[in-house]
Amino acid sequence: MIAQAGTAPAPNAFWRRALRHRSFVVGALLCLLVLGAALLSLVWTPWSAYEIDVASKLRPPSSAHWLGTDVLGRDIVSLLLVGARATILVGIIAVGIGLTCGVCLGLIAAAQRGWTEEVIMRFSDFTFAFPAVLSAIMLAAVIGPGMVTSITAIGIFQIPVFVRVTRGSAGAIWAREFILAARAAGKGRVRITIEHVLPNILSILIVQATIQFALAILAEAALSYLGLGTQPPQPSWGRMLNDAQTLLFQSPSLAVYPGAAIALAVLGLNLLGDGLRDLLDPRLARQR
Amino acid sequence: MMAADAPLLDVADLGIQLTTSRGPAKAVREVSFTLRRGETLGIVGESGCGKSITALALLGLLPDSADVSGSIRLDGRELVGLADADYCKLRGNRISMIFQEPMTALNPMHTIGHQVAEPLLRHTGCSATEAKRQAIALLDRVGLPDPARRYDAYPHQFSGGQRQRVTIAMALACSPDVLIADEPTTALDVTIQRQILDLIADLVAERGMAMILISHDLGVIAENVQRMIVMYGGTVVESGTTDAVFSRMGHPYTQGLFRARPRLGARRGTRLATIAGTVPELADLPAGCPFADRCTLVVDACRAALPSLSEIGAGHGVRCIRTDAALSRDPAGVIA
Repeated sequence: MIAQAGTAPAPNAFWRRALRHRSFVVGALLCLLVLGAALLSLVWTPWSAYEIDVASKLRPPSSAHWLGTDVLGRDIVSLLLVGARATILVGIIAVGIGLTCGVCLGLIAAAQRGWTEEVIMRFSDFTFAFPAVLSAIMLAAVIGPGMVTSITAIGIFQIPVFVRVTRGSAGAIWAREFILAARAAGKGRVRITIEHVLPNILSILIVQATIQFALAILAEAALSYLGLGTQPPQPSWGRMLNDAQTLLFQSPSLAVYPGAAIALAVLGLNLLGDGLRDLLDPRLARQR
Repeated sequence: MMAADAPLLDVADLGIQLTTSRGPAKAVREVSFTLRRGETLGIVGESGCGKSITALALLGLLPDSADVSGSIRLDGRELVGLADADYCKLRGNRISMIFQEPMTALNPMHTIGHQVAEPLLRHTGCSATEAKRQAIALLDRVGLPDPARRYDAYPHQFSGGQRQRVTIAMALACSPDVLIADEPTTALDVTIQRQILDLIADLVAERGMAMILISHDLGVIAENVQRMIVMYGGTVVESGTTDAVFSRMGHPYTQGLFRARPRLGARRGTRLATIAGTVPELADLPAGCPFADRCTLVVDACRAALPSLSEIGAGHGVRCIRTDAALSRDPAGVIA
């Protein structure tokens, strides 16, 4: 390959490239939609998401209730808007816990090797062996069921996943020659980890984080169903899906709306993750 | 102050033992050499003879499980057993290294300008603007076209030869005292090889650095260094000035290496001479001369103990008890 002209990647250039990247744009729009719904629900909802009106239960879509009402007569649109909050909170905080702790531990394991690595990896195996539901039950016994319980349980469950992914990919980077070159240039382990290892595994972590985000949303739904997560009357998409399950034959649309909302949020995150991965990699970025 | 002729780098009786799945392996034994300021030294030998690991030992970059004995002194300061934090201050600053694979020796995620300026920022404590100015000057000096404009380009946008120029610029950033070039041209094509070697030779002369050039190519060694050591089975089998060694090869292995090189103008159908057998496993090196099993002049005494380095000329040492037979076999050396 003969050199082509290399231009300075100014911040503007990054955004110009980002706006041309289709999946990044679509993903960002979907994520903004969910975020916007959650923010909107703080100031306005068409109806109250908490008021029960059994007289108008299971209404089909109408001009008053755009997507109809559920079995307790609550407005579906309002429930979806308020439910977005729980989804975002659980997803971001739980994945945030898993990502932060997991990546730190994984990077330490890859950089230190030896018994430090052994301890970290056995610890993560141990954590991984506990199903999220089990740790949620234990936590619920201590601090009571609720959103904090489910977030913490899901977050803890995410840690070993990130530890393993980070350790594996960071280990592969440590074996590359440019790491040896960086060491020969006088850099210590900490600097090499931050400046060389982390940027090179970032794309893998972003993709993993979007997958884990989707799993966290689903796990929250499962925990809510067991009564360990979001407590009624606080709505969440997972709870809506589980409430709809008993009425699947009378009004299947009740399951479709939260299901579609979860699917769109997960799709948006995946597209956003893919887009970020491409945009952050200088080799892929040039080809677009 | 050190005397002017005191060695810059003094390696004495260096031994490296690695822990492998097949037990401890003596990767390097009884390696000694000195390097004066501005001097160039070649290390030649085939794959697995301990060349690269010796270089890594000089930089303190061996795996944690490696056991290093002997001494490595830089300006009289002992480097064996030096704390890693102190070593970090030397690496890239007083000793630096050029690697074999320019394709992988650069971080694909950082711009080349960043990678060249980094050691300057770390070791000299200059400002970012000053580091950038110096980095551009360096890139210009190593012959990268239009360095100011390509400062923010990424490694994948350069060819192999250009990348090697960038790694040379990185290694030279802080004007080290010792430059280690580990097969710097092996991964490049022949036309570029000469340019890169000439560039390195010019820079070494220009800055008065000492250089250790590692290669498996006798031709590269012959043309680029003043003194050379030949390594085999983790030890030095022959050492001396390049002229002395090439005019009078005292070790059967050196002679074998020389006969095995391909030559232009050889008659069609002429087979390349080879050295029979393979390099011994480092995990079970023989007690005696490591070359004994492949040597045509071998006698029983060769297998008894590792021969000591004996002088056959001024500063020309050979680790062989059959030197006389080897020399008489190839009167006046094999270079003619």
